[in-house]
Amino acid sequence: MSVKPLAMRDVLLDRIWQAMAHDQKIFFTSADFGSPVLDKIRADFPNRFVNVGIAEQNLINVSAGLALEGYTVFAYAIAPFITMRCYEQIRVSLALLSEVRPMNVNLIGVGAGYSYVVSGPTHQCYEDITLMRALPNFRVLSPADHVSAGSLFDRCVSTKGPKYLRFDAQVLPVIYEAGAPDLDVGFHVHRRGERVCLVATGYMLHTALKVAEELAAAGHSVGVIDLFDISNFAADQLQTVLSSYAGIVTLEEGFRGRGGVDAMMFEFIARRGLTARMLNIGVEGGYRFELGSRAELHEQVGIGPQFVLSSVANFIQSLAI
Amino acid sequence: MNLSPIELREKSHWVWRETLAVHRRAPETRVASSLSSIEIFVALYYGGVLRFYPAQPLAEHRDRCIISKGHGSICMYPILADLGYFPMDELQRVCQTGGFLGGIPDPVIPGYETVNGSLGHGLGVATGMALGLKRKGSDRSVFVVSGDGELHEGANWEAIMFASQHKLDNLHLIVDNNGISMLDYTDDIISHGGLTERMTAFGWDCFEVDGHDVGAVQAALKKMKTSGEGKPKALIARTLKGHGVPGLENAPLSHIINPKPELIDSLLQQKA
Repeated sequence: MSVKPLAMRDVLLDRIWQAMAHDQKIFFTSADFGSPVLDKIRADFPNRFVNVGIAEQNLINVSAGLALEGYTVFAYAIAPFITMRCYEQIRVSLALLSEVRPMNVNLIGVGAGYSYVVSGPTHQCYEDITLMRALPNFRVLSPADHVSAGSLFDRCVSTKGPKYLRFDAQVLPVIYEAGAPDLDVGFHVHRRGERVCLVATGYMLHTALKVAEELAAAGHSVGVIDLFDISNFAADQLQTVLSSYAGIVTLEEGFRGRGGVDAMMFEFIARRGLTARMLNIGVEGGYRFELGSRAELHEQVGIGPQFVLSSVANFIQSLAI
Repeated sequence: MNLSPIELREKSHWVWRETLAVHRRAPETRVASSLSSIEIFVALYYGGVLRFYPAQPLAEHRDRCIISKGHGSICMYPILADLGYFPMDELQRVCQTGGFLGGIPDPVIPGYETVNGSLGHGLGVATGMALGLKRKGSDRSVFVVSGDGELHEGANWEAIMFASQHKLDNLHLIVDNNGISMLDYTDDIISHGGLTERMTAFGWDCFEVDGHDVGAVQAALKKMKTSGEGKPKALIARTLKGHGVPGLENAPLSHIINPKPELIDSLLQQKA
């Protein structure tokens, strides 16, 4: 029986709504950003919901203050705004202050990558992985479907410290039909391959799985890994998995070569002494204003399935030489 | 602790001397803005305003004091030591290896609640604390001490609007209105002229006071704490940057001027 796909935010918000009935410590803050499920939280828990208005700096500060008073805070806004509009507030009153004082603030950023397809670069988000992973004490979580997104709830409540949840704005096909991946591991192996492994995060896992299938049909078996915990994955385990590959391909819906998952994997490979060669799939160039479907935009910036398929095929060829 | 105005004046003078002495030993500290806020902090901590517990700095039943103007609170070092938050000896190793009292205070210092070195953050975090206390059903209060210069940071005004919208009458902002930021008089940068009227228009209950009359500051703070049902409260304290130090007092560049060691020595002798 297949699981009906849902929006990541609705599934997590529903878990929060259910928990708020018995957990008086949960507080929800929003920067004037909603969802039908959020309406239930607003209606049922008006004392533990606050809309700060279009004011992300204050969203972070108020959330920090609530956390200092012992609340488990979920702060909710559009991804580029909840990360970049208020970056210094995040740095000072979440990353830095949590070094000294225990606090639990979970930033839910909706609109990873191109998921606000026709809204243009202000509402799209290609820099957040780089920025948020630069902050000590922060956990950066980038799920690929609603099952894994919803499963983050328990971890958000039980683990102190600031976290950034990078959510897609669209309803994505379900990947984890059989159940959520292991959060302690932080990554999930979807396919094992021979010489090349695709390491993808968020939406790009869907692209990676599609490409892997097509390559398999053409006789190339490539591995696919969902790296959903970008800051806290089980490093030894990942090393073990990757050590059998001659080539690693990173796939992210963010700028290529600007400190995202690609840089993280370069560091990982170098530090762990792996000899695999790398191919990085990420958004090429700068900000773009073309309109089109997400697939069309992805092809234009070098992260679409056709481009990835040919790039990986060439990469496999180059490794064979 | 609830000292009389006369005792508060004596304490303020002691803090003034100790602050200069700290600066004499650690010239990296910002002394001018730490001299404008002395009576504010003395009234808060010795004037029967704040409930605090030096042996348990983060006791749930404390009033929260957020020191937003981090640099300009070096005068809190002698106060916190005097109150028993940490040993007096620490005043001898400000800005030194192994010490924890830095050029800009950090929340590793017992008695400091939040990160303050970067300006314009204290009030927003304090509003979150004030909201949290209300929602927990706590009767504890939140006090924030900020400079006037840092009110140029827009995030403050997000918090100012939020606090009145949510009727945070447990929130008290004290503006050390010394009229000078780093490079100039605030009136010549972006003026806060009519700050009381501005804050009132934003829905706050506002009080004004001579920020160097410690008895008046004490009285204003006590009045504030028990008044203003349904409104956040602000005390605009008229102060002088570099208070009491010739050449420094009210000088537009006082933030970055260090008084000469000989001047500090002679002041400490004269005013002993």
